[in-house]
Amino acid sequence: MIYPLLGLSIVLAILFLMAFLWANKTGQNDDMYTPSVRMLFDDQPQPPAEEQSDEDHIQT
Amino acid sequence: MKEQINLSIDTQCYHCGESLPLIPFSSEDKQFCCAGCKGVYLILSSHQLSSYYVYNAVPGASQKKETAHFDYLDEPAIAAELVDYTDDHTTVLTLYIPAIHCSSCIWLLENLYKIKPAISSSRIDFPKKQVTITFKNQQISLRNVVELLASVGYEPLISLQDMVKKQQSDHSERNLVTKIAVAGFCFANVMMLSFPDYFGFAAFEQNFKSFFNWINLALGIPVLLYSARDYFISAWTNLKNGILNLDFPLALGIAVMFVRSAIEIITQTGAGFIDTLCSLVFFILIGKWMQQRTYHYLSFERDYRSYFPVAVTCIANGKEQPIPLNELKTGDRILIRSNEIIPADAILLKGEAKLDFSFVTGESLPVEKVLGEVIYAGGRQLMGAIELEVVKPVSQSYLTKLWNNETFAGEKDPIQTFSNTASKYFSIALLLVAIAAGLFWINTDLNKAAAAFTAVLIIACPCALALSSPFTLAAVLSIFDQNKFYLKSTAVIEELARISTIVFDKTGTITNPAANGFAFSGSLRPEDKQLLSDLARNSGHPLSRELVKWLGMAAVYPVNQYREQVGRGLSGTVNGHELKIGSAAFLGISAKDKGSVVHVLIDNAYCGCFRSEQRWRTGFKQLALKLGQDKDLHLLSGDQDHDRGLLTPFFQRMQQLHFKQSPQNKLDYITGLQRTGKKVMMLGDGLNDAGALRQSNLGVAVTDDINNFSPGCDAILDGNAFEKLPQFIRQAKDAVKVIHMSFVISILYNVAGLFFAVQGLLSPLIAAILMPLSTVTIILFTTLSARYYARKNKLL
Repeated sequence: MIYPLLGLSIVLAILFLMAFLWANKTGQNDDMYTPSVRMLFDDQPQPPAEEQSDEDHIQT
Repeated sequence: MKEQINLSIDTQCYHCGESLPLIPFSSEDKQFCCAGCKGVYLILSSHQLSSYYVYNAVPGASQKKETAHFDYLDEPAIAAELVDYTDDHTTVLTLYIPAIHCSSCIWLLENLYKIKPAISSSRIDFPKKQVTITFKNQQISLRNVVELLASVGYEPLISLQDMVKKQQSDHSERNLVTKIAVAGFCFANVMMLSFPDYFGFAAFEQNFKSFFNWINLALGIPVLLYSARDYFISAWTNLKNGILNLDFPLALGIAVMFVRSAIEIITQTGAGFIDTLCSLVFFILIGKWMQQRTYHYLSFERDYRSYFPVAVTCIANGKEQPIPLNELKTGDRILIRSNEIIPADAILLKGEAKLDFSFVTGESLPVEKVLGEVIYAGGRQLMGAIELEVVKPVSQSYLTKLWNNETFAGEKDPIQTFSNTASKYFSIALLLVAIAAGLFWINTDLNKAAAAFTAVLIIACPCALALSSPFTLAAVLSIFDQNKFYLKSTAVIEELARISTIVFDKTGTITNPAANGFAFSGSLRPEDKQLLSDLARNSGHPLSRELVKWLGMAAVYPVNQYREQVGRGLSGTVNGHELKIGSAAFLGISAKDKGSVVHVLIDNAYCGCFRSEQRWRTGFKQLALKLGQDKDLHLLSGDQDHDRGLLTPFFQRMQQLHFKQSPQNKLDYITGLQRTGKKVMMLGDGLNDAGALRQSNLGVAVTDDINNFSPGCDAILDGNAFEKLPQFIRQAKDAVKVIHMSFVISILYNVAGLFFAVQGLLSPLIAAILMPLSTVTIILFTTLSARYYARKNKLL
């Protein structure tokens, strides 16, 4: 029983390694910074006026 | 609070944050410092892109500089050089944009399609300051795309020496990460499978033992053949050249470890050292990766090609046509517009030429040329458009000839590092100990002799040793980086610690090019300053221009009866007052002029005089005194010697001040110093220093904006960090000290391991504990002590 399970665990680990190597090869690790900023942008950014009132709200 | 916000909006440009002039440019309720900034705002607001200003306050860059002409991008030959990919409808293009600096930049540039729908996508690589744009080439041309970028304030830097292309084809870092991933994967799995062996099997588990070992051996193969490959190659090539570097004992240790493990596992006599092998390779690769981290947005390899334009406007048969610079021939007639650079030695045919050669010769005052005179390449035209005839090809001009010098022919000699020197002795000592241990046992027990011999090579495999340099230097590199001192590689730190002689360039290096100042002796009321500024504004003389810049006042009054005697002075009536400024002789007063002095006469009453003075960079005086204590300071200036008197106190001997130096002179001077056994550090900023920077042991380019052009060098120093130079040198020396100390620590670990190894008692468990333990010790020790010294040197 232990032999197939061991084999399975190693195969699984190799799959993860392959996934990482593929990501690395296609350049997904080249830029580690921009995506972290990009995800914070709203799809429909709020107009500046509203943002201004938000700021005031926090300050008072 | 609200008032404060309004105040800050009122005094600075809404786009770039620069202080507003007397009469600001305004649109709606927003105010701008110049027409350029306002233009960008109008484009953005008309395309519903005003959120640009929401993500960050004042996200823009100043638009005061004139943008270049991009008509050359319509030439298919030039366009083909730039694009990454193109077919019938789609073109992909990657551009380097120095102005990228905040999240607003990312947001705006990724929303370019809202301005021009023909742009299908644009993606930013922020650390590299690059944007990759995909556009439909039927609807929009390459030139339009670049002009669009320029119009919103993100002018790309397009140069002949394209670093974008070079980076795209460079996958060495990716490959290294792949190797680390494979080694890490094998290390983790082997470790897991080795644990049962260390902690003992229960009786019924004994039959798994050899199965686990076989899997371990299988996992060791990719580490040996793939991850550790570079060490074998490097050790072999170095050995062939008679060099023993640290890669030799590493490669030897890895090979011996694998062979002994394979024998033990196949003959079922032991568990082998596969886990130690994997951890060793994993850690040394991480050390290598630490050492290789580079600045993607900085280039240390620039030469004149990245300073010169990509194309030049050529006049043939009465038609203006942009041609690539490398197709420029002798006899071509070229058109140089205002603010463009003369790309080749040429004769002036038409127009008024006034050229700024400060970047090329170090001379700070603009030079005027008359028709028929030869103009050397590298000057920047300050007046209107001129026409020239090329007399020498680009590569043969007075300036670019420097790069044909043999200094530039090969690679710069590699810097001798401590780890290279030490590893030679280490390797020899290691081999001697291994052979001695083997010989000691050979008569009593052959097996034990082989065990002792291989164990020595395994346990003394200098993993910790190999990590001490990279980790110390990488820590120092990031400390320097925080202080705006950017090094090309970690080896530069060790070179910095050895410097004995420092050579300075003058203009732009020890003087601050942005702040040319005046000292006024006498008394002036603010309204008098206004009058003076209005009068001087009419003159093209460099002194008048600098005076206007220095006074920093907007034009208010018109000038009547304006008269100028070139090189002597100006006079005129401003707001009812009669003004006269200029030399003492011009004003008819008796005063001793020394250097550039401007006397002021208002309504025939003497008010005093302006004395032009070069502004040294902040802290230059203290810096020179501090460095002068244990270093030899020299000055090489391309300028006239009018500052000799001012500079003499900073340098120990008059003979070490040299003026009117050509680029070749500078290079030769450095070579001369090196012949006398000096380790020379050269600080320069312009193309005229390029040869000296290259020849010196450590070339440092000083720049006020790291995005601007800087000549090829080993390090780039931000002008603001100039005064920290003595601290940097001290930190470098401390770093070398830390490396020495960590060498001692790792040798101690090796000796402890050797104690077991020479007796032939080395068990896999001891190796598996010692190797990671020594590694972690070294990583902690080097990183912490580097930071400790940085704090002591006030760099953190």
